Amino acid sequence: MIEGISIYEILSLSSILFFIGIYGFFTRENLIMVLMSIELILNAAAINFVIINTYLYPDFLQGAIFSIFIIALAAAETALAIAIIINLYKLVSSVEVKDTEIMKY
Amino acid sequence: MEKIIFYIIAVLMIVFAIAAVSSRKILRAVMYLLFVLIGISGIYFLIDYSFLGAIQIVVYGGGVVVLFIFSVLLIHHIELELEVTPLKKKISAGILSAVGLGITLWAILTYSFKTVNSYQSIEVAEIGRKLLSYEDGGYILPFEVISILLLAVMIGAIVIAKGKKLGLKEGEDGLENRE
Repeated sequence: MIEGISIYEILSLSSILFFIGIYGFFTRENLIMVLMSIELILNAAAINFVIINTYLYPDFLQGAIFSIFIIALAAAETALAIAIIINLYKLVSSVEVKDTEIMKY
Repeated sequence: MEKIIFYIIAVLMIVFAIAAVSSRKILRAVMYLLFVLIGISGIYFLIDYSFLGAIQIVVYGGGVVVLFIFSVLLIHHIELELEVTPLKKKISAGILSAVGLGITLWAILTYSFKTVNSYQSIEVAEIGRKLLSYEDGGYILPFEVISILLLAVMIGAIVIAKGKKLGLKEGEDGLENRE
């Protein structure tokens, strides 16, 4: 735990980051920017896992281990989504949300 | 001292996160996102979980952000200005996320967490033992599942990014007729 910082301040910080990510997810029109907002959301969730583990249950490691899994999942998701976006750019020459109307055919 | 550092990191992270979701230059937005991610690793270092902080820097600073930059450079040119989102959409999304943030903050701040005051840093060796243990509370199954997932994602990303050429026998739109 951090000296002099209570759990409330860190949880507030992570929820602010989470909702900034939500805002970006709603307003952005570019697929890469939407993906970046998802990164923000996932990172805020990972902070929560670690913080709740260290402040409330320091004898267990569940949060610490699951944050590692979250990071692995986020990296995997980003790699796959960027592959899809590049392929989509080859198909329709655009990565704007409004232009992506087809899935395969 | 740690309090001051935490507040500096928090303010920087919030400012850069807002900049990342509202900047109109796409490469700058990626850079702001990198600062936010490094700030998060700073928080992991502050709570003495330096293993996850290092992982965060390696995976995000070294992997994900570079991937973003590559895809931006493959798709756009550097100084591309993004389209302006309509003001109506901005306002409705802002109201929606402000309301959500308000409800979440209210729920957090009114709940009384039973904080334990025993100070304990998280040992990396303990995490390694937990990840590979077969006993109760061991994490060998999710560990194996996530390694299969990473393999599948690797193959899937290669196949998807390679595009039509893998399955295509006859060129359909002239682009594939080169060989």
